[in-house]
Amino acid sequence: MISNNIEASGPKPKHLTIGRIGLYFFIITCALFFLMPLYVMIITSLKDMDEIRSGNLLYIPQKLSYYSWPKAWSEACTGFICEGLRPGLINSLKITIPSVIVSVTLGAINGYALAFWRFKGAYFFFGLCLFGAFIPYQVMVYPLLKIESAIGIYSSLPGIILVHTIFGMPILTLIFRNFYSSLPIDLFKAARIDGGNFLKIFFYVIIPMSAPITIVAVILQVTGIWNDFLLGLVFAGRDNQPMTVLLNNIVQVKFGVVEYNVDMAATILTSILPLAVYLLSGRWFVRGIAAGAIKG
Amino acid sequence: MNNSVEVKKLSFNYGNVEILKNLDLDIKDGEFMVLLGPSGCGKTTLLNCIAGLLDLDDGQIIIEGDNVTWKEPKDRHIGMVFQSYALYPSMSVEKNLSFGLRMSNTPKNIISEKIDKASELLQIKELLLRKPSQLSGGQRQRVAIGRALVRDAKVFLFDEPLSNLDAKLRAELRYEIKKLHRDLGNTMIYVTHDQIEAMTLADRIAVMKNGVIQQLDSPKEIYNKPSSLFVADFIGSPGMNFFNGKFVSSDNSFALNNSLINLNNYQFEHKPSDQTDIVFGIRPEDISVSDSKESIEFKIELIEPMGADTLIWLSFEDTPFSVRLEGSSEYKLGDVINIKFDIKRSSIFDKKTELRL
Repeated sequence: MISNNIEASGPKPKHLTIGRIGLYFFIITCALFFLMPLYVMIITSLKDMDEIRSGNLLYIPQKLSYYSWPKAWSEACTGFICEGLRPGLINSLKITIPSVIVSVTLGAINGYALAFWRFKGAYFFFGLCLFGAFIPYQVMVYPLLKIESAIGIYSSLPGIILVHTIFGMPILTLIFRNFYSSLPIDLFKAARIDGGNFLKIFFYVIIPMSAPITIVAVILQVTGIWNDFLLGLVFAGRDNQPMTVLLNNIVQVKFGVVEYNVDMAATILTSILPLAVYLLSGRWFVRGIAAGAIKG
Repeated sequence: MNNSVEVKKLSFNYGNVEILKNLDLDIKDGEFMVLLGPSGCGKTTLLNCIAGLLDLDDGQIIIEGDNVTWKEPKDRHIGMVFQSYALYPSMSVEKNLSFGLRMSNTPKNIISEKIDKASELLQIKELLLRKPSQLSGGQRQRVAIGRALVRDAKVFLFDEPLSNLDAKLRAELRYEIKKLHRDLGNTMIYVTHDQIEAMTLADRIAVMKNGVIQQLDSPKEIYNKPSSLFVADFIGSPGMNFFNGKFVSSDNSFALNNSLINLNNYQFEHKPSDQTDIVFGIRPEDISVSDSKESIEFKIELIEPMGADTLIWLSFEDTPFSVRLEGSSEYKLGDVINIKFDIKRSSIFDKKTELRL
């Protein structure tokens, strides 16, 4: 017996199963949990002090007031100086941009050398690098401070850039090396036969293929350096204090009224850049990490 | 004829493992040399040493009269084609071809002239502006060959260039590589594990195993007179049939259990002593159906039709072996046939040393 209608065996399976519902519930709960502080920060920054004192933390503002934002930006006091966060933004940019460029470039060269120019002791060197990734910053702060003051760059812009470059090196070397190890080695051999030397091959062959992993590295470094507080506080010096340090000084103010709305506005201002970087480049970040993971 | 490439007493170790041991190899000018062997035999390592991509531990490499042992790959007059094509993914075909020339600061007009010539020869002219990702496997390999062409390489090195292609394309490109060799007359060294490629392309084949060249000879010689059991087993598809038995010197024959095969027609290079364990090898096409009186009767156990040929499987004293018959033969499973071994074309090996007798 052959019927003309070809039927699938049984009804089509439903997409929304109990497991799915549980999964969504879990995801939504997680999202709410992590979004709650952001919500509180935003609404608090839009309330005036009377409302903050009387009202509930979670209530939306009865009447919007924006004065906390300009105040956080240019008037809030950090110690005796009342210039707000503004100088910190410039400082953070002055620290972050060169630190990211220098550390990512060096990390890429390190990874390239370790992946392709397998010199004697390369594995040992790589192991040492990996080990460096697991040493807590705090252990190295004092020795580094001594070294930097000995060579006279402590408490200066080059000083803090050097520190960020050093601390970025293990993880950057690691991710670049793993990415480059996933590229076919024949490509490198072909380039050597074609007459490229160490730097020519790096610039003409390797860099054009490095976009996905470079994006990952840049995101890591931008957010890491921007969010850094400890190193900026110790190494940057008075004139170059990054936004995070100024934010701390605003929030930790010891006299007068504690203005929660200004604190909140200042905190949001400080975290806008890393937040934006994640939101805008999250897709690339995942893609870059996955590219390394699948082949590496 | 001069030697184009000379490898002298080359040794290469990887950690504590000896990959190549004291290897000598002379390749004549314009010769197509195939390095053939199973994976791990050191053939690719040897090619990489010749290319200068690996630093050897001992020995000497001379290319076109130059001692290039410690020279950079670019200074060795070589071009290399890789299994994975190794085209620079960010560059167009044209840029891929010209990369080497640009690295050596060749003037623009000479570059475009050379690219014109190479792309004409390889029929990739219309692909010049494409990226490698927009090419098929066969086209990619053509571009890779072109990259070696534009560099005016004296010696072409091929590292399993066809292994990533499907069977039909492989045959096509094999033909084109052979044609290229005929037209250019360059020395070519070609690494493969595919014996058909080796047989069809080579002037001479070096069969390698564990870092040692087992036999270096013309394809015909290697096929007909393999110097060792390994070579005999490795070359030929369907493979050579082997029977383990003893040599009986009294009537100059091969004894397997109760059966005797007379070896009067076999030309021994070294005659074994009585009762030596020997291996009798014979190719499927050297066995024929025959009604003569020295033929033996067998029952067909399996039939493999392959189009042009048909392979039938029989058993001799419990050792299965295959016979190659014409594709048109119409035997059925269970049929009884009389066959005859062509002793003159068989190969006999010492069981212990595995060398040809």
